[in-house]
Amino acid sequence: MAPKIELQLNAAGRMVPAMVNGRPQIPYLGVGKYQPRGRKAAAPIRTAANYPADGNKVVQDLETALRQCGLRDGMVISNHHHLRHGDRIALMALRAAAKLGAKDLTWFPSASFPSQQGAIELLDSGVINHIEGSMEGPLGDYCTQGRMRGMGVLRSHGGRWQAIQDGEVHIDVAVIAAPTADVFGNADGSQGKSACGALGFALADSLYADHVLVVTDNLVPFPCVPWQIQGNNVDYVVEVDSIGDPARMVCRTAQITRSPARLRIAEFVARFLRDAGIMRNGFSFQAGAGGVALAFVVYLKQMMREAGVKARFVRGGSTKYLVELLEEGLTDYILDGESFDVDGVRSLANNRQHVVTSPFVSYNYHGKGNFASMLDAVVLGATEVDVNFNANVVTHSDGRLLHGIGDWQNCLAAGCTILAVPSFRDRIPVIVDQVTTLTGPGELIDVVVTERGIAINPLREDLIEQVRGSTLPIRSIQDIKAEIEGICGGRPQRPKAGERPVAIIKWVDGTVLDTVWQIS
Amino acid sequence: MSSSAETGTKRVGEAGRWGDDVRSDVHVWIEPRERGGIDIVLESRVKAYYGDTIRRQAENVLEQLGVHHAQVLMHDEGALPFVISARIEAAVKRAGLAQGKRALPDQLPLPEPTPRDRLRRSCLYLPGNQPKYFINAALDAPDGIILDLDDSVHSAEKDAARLLVRNSLRAVSFLPCERMVRINQLPLGLEDLEEIVPECPDLILIPRVKAPNQVLEASQRIEEIKARHGVSRTIWLMPILESALGIENAFKIASASAQIAGLTISLEDYTADLGVAKTAVGNESLFARQRIVNSARAAGVAAIDSVFGDVDDLEGLRVWALNLRALGFEGMGCVHALQIPVIHQAFQPTQEEINQALRIVTGFQEAQQKGLGVTTLGSKMIDPSIVRRALKLIERAQAMGLVSTSVPRSSLL
Repeated sequence: MAPKIELQLNAAGRMVPAMVNGRPQIPYLGVGKYQPRGRKAAAPIRTAANYPADGNKVVQDLETALRQCGLRDGMVISNHHHLRHGDRIALMALRAAAKLGAKDLTWFPSASFPSQQGAIELLDSGVINHIEGSMEGPLGDYCTQGRMRGMGVLRSHGGRWQAIQDGEVHIDVAVIAAPTADVFGNADGSQGKSACGALGFALADSLYADHVLVVTDNLVPFPCVPWQIQGNNVDYVVEVDSIGDPARMVCRTAQITRSPARLRIAEFVARFLRDAGIMRNGFSFQAGAGGVALAFVVYLKQMMREAGVKARFVRGGSTKYLVELLEEGLTDYILDGESFDVDGVRSLANNRQHVVTSPFVSYNYHGKGNFASMLDAVVLGATEVDVNFNANVVTHSDGRLLHGIGDWQNCLAAGCTILAVPSFRDRIPVIVDQVTTLTGPGELIDVVVTERGIAINPLREDLIEQVRGSTLPIRSIQDIKAEIEGICGGRPQRPKAGERPVAIIKWVDGTVLDTVWQIS
Repeated sequence: MSSSAETGTKRVGEAGRWGDDVRSDVHVWIEPRERGGIDIVLESRVKAYYGDTIRRQAENVLEQLGVHHAQVLMHDEGALPFVISARIEAAVKRAGLAQGKRALPDQLPLPEPTPRDRLRRSCLYLPGNQPKYFINAALDAPDGIILDLDDSVHSAEKDAARLLVRNSLRAVSFLPCERMVRINQLPLGLEDLEEIVPECPDLILIPRVKAPNQVLEASQRIEEIKARHGVSRTIWLMPILESALGIENAFKIASASAQIAGLTISLEDYTADLGVAKTAVGNESLFARQRIVNSARAAGVAAIDSVFGDVDDLEGLRVWALNLRALGFEGMGCVHALQIPVIHQAFQPTQEEINQALRIVTGFQEAQQKGLGVTTLGSKMIDPSIVRRALKLIERAQAMGLVSTSVPRSSLL
């Protein structure tokens, strides 16, 4: 029998746990309301006296490295998702820890993937206590079925940096998979047989963790340049045959959707940016790798050409379509967090205008500003959005974990946040009365674009005014919702919510925005 | 694909599709019983949201079909209500029950009847047994949507597709498009008419027409069904010529009935009949296509071309469609939404053509006011035939929303 968990009501009207994995939590207070105090966390002071003067930090394998780090029960091990579905290092590190007999670890990946479902064995056997990071597929089900000992914690990319920096999460051992590294621990993601682009997700870990391991399948003589990760922060280097399966790391070419409805959504988004006057010389935008987002870039590119308009910068995940924009001179820069396809990887390695960024510069909310709020527009997806523009991106409508938050929450800070969503999926309306899991507050979501019309948040009177006279199908969100419910055969039943919290959704400032509940 | 099987004395019926790659459909299996009422087992990817609704609907549909005792298994992949009704009805009928009965979904308000000379630049084919395409098809605004019961439907699924298309004519809004149905070749097509005609499609395409009597047979059956169901509005016909003989009889076919609104061709079947390859340039079908245009014009109906099959080659489509317009076609079939804007663009007159037509008409009006029958524009003589062509172009441009000035034809000629 699990102990009763005390709940509190947050400013979004959601019940959230007061205590998670033994740490007291601050309930969400509203956008920009929570004022952090104190000083940042820091890694322990080390001395060069304890590291080899010749710079060679190579040890024979991960087990040895973990032992030399003093791995103990209850520690926090971190990994990163820049190798995505192809990653081999996270499970290799966790299994090495299991071999050493460690128990009750917290696994702190920047994101987990269904390909890492091997972690379930380690959760079952007690090696891992809980996961703080995105969970989907089998790991998502494991969590929402209430089988994880501790509670899951989901954070945005920026929120992960914030949590590390603010000392909410103390990383004992960071294990960084590096497509190229030298014996000193300098590491780079843009070259090597497992090249993936940027290593930004591992940067915070390299700065704040007690111990830092670099694992590579392309060990080069010093110096490895560019050093996205600095060897001066690294304890040990481990060489392995392969850090990941390149075929599953990046898409060969990210594919544009062929669905007429999705193409229509993409075209509406591009036309909206044009008609609202957001697409103008020197503007900036961010688009992800989803089919709609890619297609949107293609439409926008055509409109930029026709209007003779050039962007100052665009933000990745980079894809072939953003790279084309850069190479055609339609943007001055790509500021890139991760490369989604081989064109993105190639461009990052070769083009000085294609720049690596980290979650610190891009998204960290507890910093002196970040890039996300400087974007003119961002195009995002969602699983549900409600009539008050609140959105859910982490769970299915039935409460099962579906996606990580990624940079989704961080991007809500953009000047114009657009959710590009189909109006229903498999008869399930996307526009609902109330979202299952609140991931983004409606006050930050400006426009919802569906294949049946575009709804503008009534708070954005300026946008409403700017597109007056446009031929776009601007409608109220209630109107679109009513049409969908007509098509789908009425309002859907509400699935029964569980009573036991299994995970929490953090807001970008570390407060608790919502709870994921156990489902049967 | 199995439709029915004997189990003891009662037949089992099933209809619809399920599986990981299936969306918006439902598989229904039904075994009639002597007693015990209706027992429904429902699997659905939307069970948490619409499970109760689906059960209630299934019970209602069975009640309407007079089925009171049966075991029913439903495997639902997010089918919309009009699909669920159609699949249950198909399964029940395949089980040998409910003959002559219908379970019709609620009827949306019928759109206005379409005029005979409506714009038909793009006619989008939808496979009649794949409901996932129906609900969003009208969003991209092709001039016409063709719900296809013919080639795109497997021969074992004709009965099920017929009910699905019938239900969609009642329950799906296809506005602003013209609602068209391609029936099967006669005599199977006559069975399609029984279900389709009462739902007032705007136009029916009749495939593989070789001679005018086939059109007359369909047309007579349509009038009989309309009379039985109290339908008075016109249902237009468009014969599809698919053979050398059909092309030879093109004019007789085009003028066989006052309900004919257009004449079209299937190039795949026509080139197969000739025993030649269908090429990108299309020289092998040039005669047939010109014959269609000429016969259609002579009969006062529109000439509509076949589909352009390569969805990825939008540039090839554009060139093909420009050629069609130059030959005198008014539209063509299409198979993907991406083709629609390309086709519309190709079939629309250029601004220069519109301006020239307006100058001709204005010049002619001024000449008439001065009592002159003929005038000149630049170095060219303007006579009534040139004015008629200019007026036709302006009318079409108006229908496409390219010209706002109204030029009343009657005042001129």
